[in-house]
Amino acid sequence: MRSEAPGTGLTPYFSGNLPGRHRAARIWRGVFQLATILGMVVLALLLYTVINKSFGLVAIDNKINPETLAVNGVPIEALDKDSLVSIVQNNVSQGKFRQLEREKPMAERSRDEVYGMVIEDVVQPKDIIGTWTLVDSITRGAEITAQVQREHPNAVIKFTSWIDPQFVSSPQSSDPLKAGVRTAILGSLLTIAITILVAFPIGLGAAIYLEEYARENTLNRLIQTNITNLAGVPSIIYGMLGLAIFVRALEPLTSGAIFGVTDATTANGRTILSAGLTLALLVLPVLIINGQEAIRAVPNSLRQASYGLGATQWQTIWHHVLPSAIPGILTGTILAISRAIGETAPLVVIGASTYITFDPNGPFAKFTTLPIQIYQWTSRPQGEFRNIAAAAILVLLVLLLTLNATAIFMRSRYSSK
Amino acid sequence: MLPTSSQYAIQANQLDVYYGDFRAVKGVNLTIERKNVTAIIGPSGCGKSTVLRSFNRMNELVPTSHIAGEVLFMGQNIYAPEVDPVEVRRRIGMVFQKPNPFPKSVFENVAWGARLNGFRGGIGQPNIDEWVEHCLRKAALWNEVKDKLDQSGLSLSGGQQQRLCIARAIAVQPEIILMDEPASALDPIATLKIEELMRELVEEYTIIVVTHNMQQAARVSDFTAFFTMNEERAGVLVEYGPTPQLFTRPQNKLTEDYITGRFG
Repeated sequence: MRSEAPGTGLTPYFSGNLPGRHRAARIWRGVFQLATILGMVVLALLLYTVINKSFGLVAIDNKINPETLAVNGVPIEALDKDSLVSIVQNNVSQGKFRQLEREKPMAERSRDEVYGMVIEDVVQPKDIIGTWTLVDSITRGAEITAQVQREHPNAVIKFTSWIDPQFVSSPQSSDPLKAGVRTAILGSLLTIAITILVAFPIGLGAAIYLEEYARENTLNRLIQTNITNLAGVPSIIYGMLGLAIFVRALEPLTSGAIFGVTDATTANGRTILSAGLTLALLVLPVLIINGQEAIRAVPNSLRQASYGLGATQWQTIWHHVLPSAIPGILTGTILAISRAIGETAPLVVIGASTYITFDPNGPFAKFTTLPIQIYQWTSRPQGEFRNIAAAAILVLLVLLLTLNATAIFMRSRYSSK
Repeated sequence: MLPTSSQYAIQANQLDVYYGDFRAVKGVNLTIERKNVTAIIGPSGCGKSTVLRSFNRMNELVPTSHIAGEVLFMGQNIYAPEVDPVEVRRRIGMVFQKPNPFPKSVFENVAWGARLNGFRGGIGQPNIDEWVEHCLRKAALWNEVKDKLDQSGLSLSGGQQQRLCIARAIAVQPEIILMDEPASALDPIATLKIEELMRELVEEYTIIVVTHNMQQAARVSDFTAFFTMNEERAGVLVEYGPTPQLFTRPQNKLTEDYITGRFG
């Protein structure tokens, strides 16, 4: 018997729900699209804020108008040395004056040198009056220029890119126009190099042991559970661990004292080595878990083929398991390193320096890193530091992309073989 | 060191194989003749592959598995404590159900095992290139791959991959080749080629093949062992004898039911 509901070709056993199923499919598709769009919007907003702050108009003027420094109508260009010295003395703090005197006594300086000092320390020709964002600069450029010229007739207004070669190659400075991220980039690179050198071999070794050698027993299950949980521990806890172990307990090692390093700049264990080791601890569980997953994904048939030819376990691992697992291992390493390079909290805890102007000269140097530098600049009261913080974020993003691109390149070379 | 000659290639004496507490194979007594093809047939889950894998200690790769009884290779118990399983597996090669070439070039697939075991060319001996060619010829694959030795082994067709695996197995000069349903993943023509190859290889090697295809067993084998499950779901050997006899005049009712298609 076949009595059909009209137009559906279905017997009464079936309800003919096809339109409903299609509707549900459309709704879910929309939900997933929305999620993707939201993600893209958030990402675009992030880039927008960073780029908006990194470029824009800057108005610069003399802090003190040189005309007001004229003595009895004689402009400073025409004043003699003694008058200029007294201008300096009257306009800078006593401490600053003593410092200048220590550098080179006033009596020994030529008239031109003292004149330069007046310009540099009294007139201060590079005083920032205001900064504007990229969007403001483009949309209201003329209006801003007019307003600034009304209030500061001598001011120079120019479009500035806060991120430029000079920004990347200059050390830290208290003047936002001179400050750069050179020390921070070097600190970040050295730290991450130590992290990779320590964490990658240990992580890979542990992953190989746990996957290929360890037998199923209570101890190994306990170890496995611990590693999984450690991957979720907040990074600041690792900072405290690093502080206790590397900075305090292993101070002779991490400060380089046992290697005979007695540099005045070493900081009682608060060194690049400590930072690198702490970050290595931080990424180790992630690396181990990821390595295990990559090794587990290698088909067993490959191992059996190898054993079947009379290969030992080590030959099987070295010639077949690792080459097949290495793309997956590298992918996980990229993610772990990306996490480590952006890590701030544990480095604050172990005592990263916030203000150093010299390059780190090795693993036993004081250090700062890009995230620390950004954090420190964003907490300054002067608005200009927010601009260079945004520029530093761009540098960090570029650094991150470069590291990732290198790893992806390596991965594709391995997997194409 | 394992012995090099004996009347029988493999003798299993009261062989039990366990996975954890579960006894998968019980009380197998089997003597395999040298330079013959022996087929192991039986219904799914009767422990055919388990028995085969216990002949070159591949079953040990499953951590929970262990055996009782003994397996003699040329008269020596391969489970004796002084015997190295790596040596056993070199002497008793294996070809698997699913073709599993290494993700390396065709050449490397064959050469790797030989080099691994210390292959060295000398005066009057083949060098590695000649040896790879020899093995590929033996596996009836040379003419198809001689122009693509540098290509990945995975780029070959399924049947070619399986013959590559056979070439790879004979490259380490085993005495016995175990084949675990070597043609079950292949089409009929590729299957036929593998079967022809087995008849050629048996001139030099002892071949033990597990198959669920009774026609295949009848076509290629000299001896056939029929396994089935007992009440405890453990695999037991029901009947073993020359293939023509087992297929035409089975001694056991279970064998007769199975080969006539009434059960299994």
